[in-house]
Amino acid sequence: MRPFKGTSVSAAGAILRGSLAQNRTRVALAVLAIALGVAMGYAVQLINAAAVNELAQGVHTLSGDADLEVRGPRNGFDETLYPTIARMPEVAVASPVVEVDAKVIGSDAVLKIVGIDVFRAGFIQPALIAPSADRLDTLRPDALFPSPAAARSLSVQAGDVLHVQVGLNDVPLRVVGVLAGGGNQRFAIMDIAGAQSVFARLGKISRIDLRLKPGVDVIAFAAQLALLLPPGLAVVPPEASVTAGASLSRSYRINLNVLALVALFTGGLLVFTTQAHAVVRRRAQFALLRVLGVTRRRLTALIVVEGALVGVAGGFLGLTGGYALAQLAVRWVGADLGSGYFRGVVPTIALEPIAIGVFFALGVAAAVLGSLVPALETAHASPALALKAGDEERAFSRPRPVFPGLALVALGAIATAQAPVFGLPLFGYAAIALLLIGTLMLMPRFASLALALMPAPRLPAPRLAVLQLRGAPGQVSLSLAAIVASVSLTVSMVIMVASFRDSLDAWLDRILPADVYFRVANGGDTAFLTPDLQAMIAALPGVRRAEFLREQQLLLDPARPRVVLQARTIDAADPTRSLPIVGTVVPVAAGAPPPIWVSEAVADLYRTVPGAVMELPIAGKMERFTVAGIWRDYGRQQGVIAMERARYVALTGDATVTNGALWTADGVDRTALEASLRREIPGGERLEIALPGEIRNASLRVFDRTFAVTYALELAALVIGLVGLSSSFGARVLARRREFGVLRHLGMTRAQIGGMLATEGAVISAIGLGVGLALGFVISLILIHVVNRQSFHWGMELSLPWQALAGFATLLLGLAMVTALASGRQAMSSDAIRAVKDDW
Amino acid sequence: MLSIRQLAKTYAGPRPRTILSGIDLELAAGDYVAVMGESGSGKSTLLNLIAGLDSPDSGSIALDGLELTSQDDDALTKLRRRDMGFVFQAFHLLPYLTVEQNVALPLTLLGNFDEVGAARVAEMLTSVGLAERATSTPRELSGGELQRVAIARALVHRPRLVLADEPTGNLDSESADTVLDLLRHQVKANRCVGILVTHSRAAARTADRVLMLARDGLREHSVS
Repeated sequence: MRPFKGTSVSAAGAILRGSLAQNRTRVALAVLAIALGVAMGYAVQLINAAAVNELAQGVHTLSGDADLEVRGPRNGFDETLYPTIARMPEVAVASPVVEVDAKVIGSDAVLKIVGIDVFRAGFIQPALIAPSADRLDTLRPDALFPSPAAARSLSVQAGDVLHVQVGLNDVPLRVVGVLAGGGNQRFAIMDIAGAQSVFARLGKISRIDLRLKPGVDVIAFAAQLALLLPPGLAVVPPEASVTAGASLSRSYRINLNVLALVALFTGGLLVFTTQAHAVVRRRAQFALLRVLGVTRRRLTALIVVEGALVGVAGGFLGLTGGYALAQLAVRWVGADLGSGYFRGVVPTIALEPIAIGVFFALGVAAAVLGSLVPALETAHASPALALKAGDEERAFSRPRPVFPGLALVALGAIATAQAPVFGLPLFGYAAIALLLIGTLMLMPRFASLALALMPAPRLPAPRLAVLQLRGAPGQVSLSLAAIVASVSLTVSMVIMVASFRDSLDAWLDRILPADVYFRVANGGDTAFLTPDLQAMIAALPGVRRAEFLREQQLLLDPARPRVVLQARTIDAADPTRSLPIVGTVVPVAAGAPPPIWVSEAVADLYRTVPGAVMELPIAGKMERFTVAGIWRDYGRQQGVIAMERARYVALTGDATVTNGALWTADGVDRTALEASLRREIPGGERLEIALPGEIRNASLRVFDRTFAVTYALELAALVIGLVGLSSSFGARVLARRREFGVLRHLGMTRAQIGGMLATEGAVISAIGLGVGLALGFVISLILIHVVNRQSFHWGMELSLPWQALAGFATLLLGLAMVTALASGRQAMSSDAIRAVKDDW
Repeated sequence: MLSIRQLAKTYAGPRPRTILSGIDLELAAGDYVAVMGESGSGKSTLLNLIAGLDSPDSGSIALDGLELTSQDDDALTKLRRRDMGFVFQAFHLLPYLTVEQNVALPLTLLGNFDEVGAARVAEMLTSVGLAERATSTPRELSGGELQRVAIARALVHRPRLVLADEPTGNLDSESADTVLDLLRHQVKANRCVGILVTHSRAAARTADRVLMLARDGLREHSVS
């Protein structure tokens, strides 16, 4: 039988209620911090799940009941393959498809247009067959059937004419009906022959959807068919394109989720400091419970339950907020959260039961873990001592061994050298967590060392402050935990984002050497410039030099998004003049395959190095190339391969281009050249023309929008750090109220005690800043060289924003001193003098 | 040196309570008195008022002619720093300072902790028999030793007034005797005024005279 069970339990409940009531502000802030992490993680999960779900539904709509699909380069492959496959005995139905993204004239929209053979598609994709008054409409080359979502977004209905851009020409298409199905997908259907004719794809198809006869082994047939396909084509299940599409956004999403975990971690730290404060305040009450018969385990459970209640409240608030945030984010920023991964996808946010459970549990876990250390500290305090006045000063003063902290730091260092797991920098994240936790565990030692090296000033208040801190490194490290975590995470983000932004800026400088740039359309793949138009542009008055570029997309691995092939003007003898090469340039030996230059993403994803030979499917044939160098490209995460344009034209016969760069003759005004382009070139008004400065500003705007969430989290981390400092300072002041009372008796003025606390705040913050800055620098290196590189395959140069960091450090130091002073108000009140009254 | 005239203090509230009234006391340098009284009789309040930690409703407290009741908080704090020493029942040494640093604290606050100050600290530690424990921390000392350090701290800056509240309340009888002897000796040696508040008749006997705090004031009392 447990003695006093009923009494102690009701007393415990009363103490719990009292604690929550006494610490309302701190508890509310801890709840908010947990809610922030839960909300962010849940919102990212909801948005991404909805976007991927829409993507999958879109693929399902367009692929229908197909078992397999044959696909290849974005610009299609030879249609003669179709009858060969259709005649195979295992194939029940083969449905050829032409798919293009057409630029809609008069708007920024790009419409996916799917050309189908209605007689074939009817068996596999019945949802794509549109009802029409005239059944022959489905066969007319200019008849278009938009999905309901596309019709709504383009504001068209049956009877309207939609103008799309092909080359630089305006091609009208008649909207003869709206599809019945298609969900939220924006696309339109037309006859395959019409699509080939209208979009200059004669003899080419984009895809063949296959339904196999009953009993055919799909996997075995796919393997057999793959052997018959020309280079650059693959046979895959339709879902593979969903996986490939989603994989592009996976790293971005996981990085956002890690940021959410960071918010949860800091929330947990806030719970930790709040609970540490609360247990110091109630040390004697807990000792009394122990005397009354509450076991250590029950006492630990009581304090942990308090923390869990904070987690539960934060979890509920976070889930509600996360759902609202997801709705708002999709409406305002889009399903890609500003990153551009899910353009054209309009997802519907739905509650996700598993995500609800996971993020709620994470919120509660963060709070429980945050309250565990204070709980164990309290439960292991001697009740006899804890009942005596002044024992609060002993709280958290037990020295901790150094080994666990050192071991975690060492493990973190080892983790930085590990390869990605499933394409994700899981070891990079682990390294950051291990270094952070290891450093926090080592803080008492760091604090002891720093304080021992610090000379004690002669003035009484600062002298006592330094001596006090030297005497209580354990309690100092409590105050340091929140500040070190928030400083290191903020600094690492600041350095990483600054490095990225500076690298992007330098890259833009490097890739924009011309005076004027243009592209045939700001989206889609139906616009191009013919050789005649290229010649006209090059011959325009005021043009000193013109370079053109053709972009294609190659399927190198069906599990990944297509790689971009850029055919452009490159001086093979000195590629650094036209490409931002990183590392060495390998000269191509006589007799070796011709050169290509691959982006860092291609080098990482397809494991190639300078000097290696790479095979590319060009125009239906496998061609061998020498990787002559690696260059930096921040534009395409899926990777880009650059090739001399003359070689591309020779291999493919495709002399069209999609982009151009013009150098003006001396004294020629750039805007005059822009006007000339629009006026003199047929269809020139459809060219998207930009000056380098405009492209640069637009790119940096997109960058800043993408990283807006990071800036918000930096601010949140700073606030949480200061709240944590305030909370732990409050705890320290409370524990030392007798000390302040004695000092007031001995003749220390309120101002001197204020000075002492401000000095303590400054010293603690300075140590926290020092360690936080150093740790933040190390974490930023991991973010730059491990996490970013493995997530996005983007290299970047380290750039330290000294001014921003100095400003941040000064601001934090000032705020920390103010926080310490505000927390110490109690120490300067008359109550503090009466703190010694216990003995009078 | 210490002159108290018609001191009165009432605590306001729904049921106002008069704690002290008609308190008169004159003490000269070297006087060492014990104040006794029942719990709630106002001993703590009297010490608070003398220390300038609380203000009376009426009456005056003068230390060497300086009227304490007309001083502001800063002036009273500086007066305590310079002219008063305190010995508490629970010792109240600062745990993060060594014994030596605790004793030196009043000198540090006065800005006098130089070579002369260090010599004075060593002298005080020797006088309370703890010279060899100078670099120890309070946690390493016994209750009796802690109180001896507290006495050294109370007298290191040669205050004019020493206020001791139940200095033996937490000690065994042997340690208590040592501490009381030491306190009396130091008060006499430093020629300051000593006020000892205690419930213990044995402790009170070590003072020059014993005063009983009653409703109508302080009265001489015999404990023999």
